[in-house]
Amino acid sequence: MDYEITLATTMGIGIIAALSLNLITGFCGQISLGHAAFTGIGAYCAAMMTTSGLPFALALFAGGVLAGAVGVVVGLTSLRVRHDFLAITTMGVGFLFIGIVRQQDALGGELGIYGIPGSGLGREGFMILTMALAAAVAGFSLYIKRSWMGYAFDAVADDEDTARMLGIDVARYKLTAFALGTALAGLAGGLYAHHVRYIGPDSFGFTESVAILAMVVVGGIGSVPGIVLAAAVMTVLPQWLQVVADYKLLLYGGLLFAVMRFSPGGLAALVRVRRPAGPPPRRAAEGGAE
Amino acid sequence: MLAVELTVQGLVQGSIYALIAVGLTLVYGLLRILHVAHAGLFTLGGYLGVLVTNATGSLGLALVVAMIAVGLLGIGIYRFCYKPILDRPPYVALIASIGLFIAMEEIFRLVFGPYGISYVDPPLSQTVGVAGLSLRQAEIATMLGAVALIGGLAALAGGTRIGTAWRASVTDPQMAQSFGIDIDRVRHLNFFIGSALAAAAGVMVALLNNLVEPTMGSVPSYKALAIIVLGGLGDVRGTLIAALALGVIEAFGTIYLGSLLDRDAIAFAFLILVLMLRPAGLFGKA
Repeated sequence: MDYEITLATTMGIGIIAALSLNLITGFCGQISLGHAAFTGIGAYCAAMMTTSGLPFALALFAGGVLAGAVGVVVGLTSLRVRHDFLAITTMGVGFLFIGIVRQQDALGGELGIYGIPGSGLGREGFMILTMALAAAVAGFSLYIKRSWMGYAFDAVADDEDTARMLGIDVARYKLTAFALGTALAGLAGGLYAHHVRYIGPDSFGFTESVAILAMVVVGGIGSVPGIVLAAAVMTVLPQWLQVVADYKLLLYGGLLFAVMRFSPGGLAALVRVRRPAGPPPRRAAEGGAE
Repeated sequence: MLAVELTVQGLVQGSIYALIAVGLTLVYGLLRILHVAHAGLFTLGGYLGVLVTNATGSLGLALVVAMIAVGLLGIGIYRFCYKPILDRPPYVALIASIGLFIAMEEIFRLVFGPYGISYVDPPLSQTVGVAGLSLRQAEIATMLGAVALIGGLAALAGGTRIGTAWRASVTDPQMAQSFGIDIDRVRHLNFFIGSALAAAAGVMVALLNNLVEPTMGSVPSYKALAIIVLGGLGDVRGTLIAALALGVIEAFGTIYLGSLLDRDAIAFAFLILVLMLRPAGLFGKA
């Protein structure tokens, strides 16, 4: 039973991380290749607080707030640079984060932080908390998608200049998307730190950012049910099947490539094809190759 | 004296960055694709260089084989991977390329083993004194090789009919096509040359470190992206300057900023700083 509990907890954390990136990349169309840095900020903040004796709930909350605050600062870059430039900048933020953490002895340096205390909820309690939070984030995502803000995000994603012309405050919505998405990533990080009880710079590197992006892309950029399914399967599969664990990166890489090459809308688009009345797959960014 | 030494070290590293980044910026200029998998071709170049040198004893032959084989693979990647998704939004090709790169690294690990390979009898390993500095032959060869290859590229682009067609396609693909230029052939050539240059860089890095590992492309791959953004995407001259500048900045930064930032993060700190001040890169027009 312990094993299943661990599995379910990991799954919940994966779902929160993937949905948090979806708020930024899926809903608001701002590509981020450094999302793991924000899970890292949340994880380090929460872990530092609980190891110095502060309560778990407060640490989790503070981790989210700090990640969100840094997220707004990074979001400011999205007001200056767009598309490909933004992708590289966010990737740079990811490298900068681990580059800084590696050199700070206060944060454990290369070795990371060991012996993070438990949540005090017990294994089952922690699983229930994680699953409940994952469900809440999924509900929140669906709510946002149907709200006025969701439509505004959609407009910004589709065509920023037209959105601005229609009187939408593009900067405010972009920053909101970054604030929400990165705060939730920080939450996922705090949960991760208290689940695994060890964090180091390598837990939040580029590979992790790509893994989160892979969940969003495989699920279907912008589709909440698709992403929940993809995140659940992609976090659990490597733990279930040793073969998958051994070739995890090959599989992630191959999947990312194959989905983009053959079905850029992800799982969600595959389902939608069977429903002739459905809307056409959305193009998140303007302009093709030429 | 330390400053001169650091500058020279930086220029050696910068020449490698330049060789990788030029191919990347050429692909971006022509297709608007951030070709992350380019660094996978760089790694493959390194492997082929070591394997062929060990088998035949000739570094020159190894360089030629690596450049041609990897160049052809570059064409294959364009044909199979990018051509079908050119009309999609740009992030599609970017994500596909990241996926391809990660998968390539894993394939190298599976095929060539996780620990890397070395030259049995490392060529150009002697040290020579130049103007009071002691340099390894491999370092001199790297700089000269980079100058020769990029000079050759400039001559090709500037002085031949193929080069004219190439530049025309970068400036205005539709117009070039209506003047009878076969755009697809230009793209093939572009991928061949860019990939061959990356392979040459791989062979040179293999010489400098006497080690080729599956993940040797990771850091250069992301750094090359930072470089082409700094140079103003698609701008070859800007890319060359940015590559050399970054090599030198890193060499100094490792000494003076080492306690604050890891070497590989310096490039990105510099990148973010520059982009915030000049969103179109160092030399771009905002």
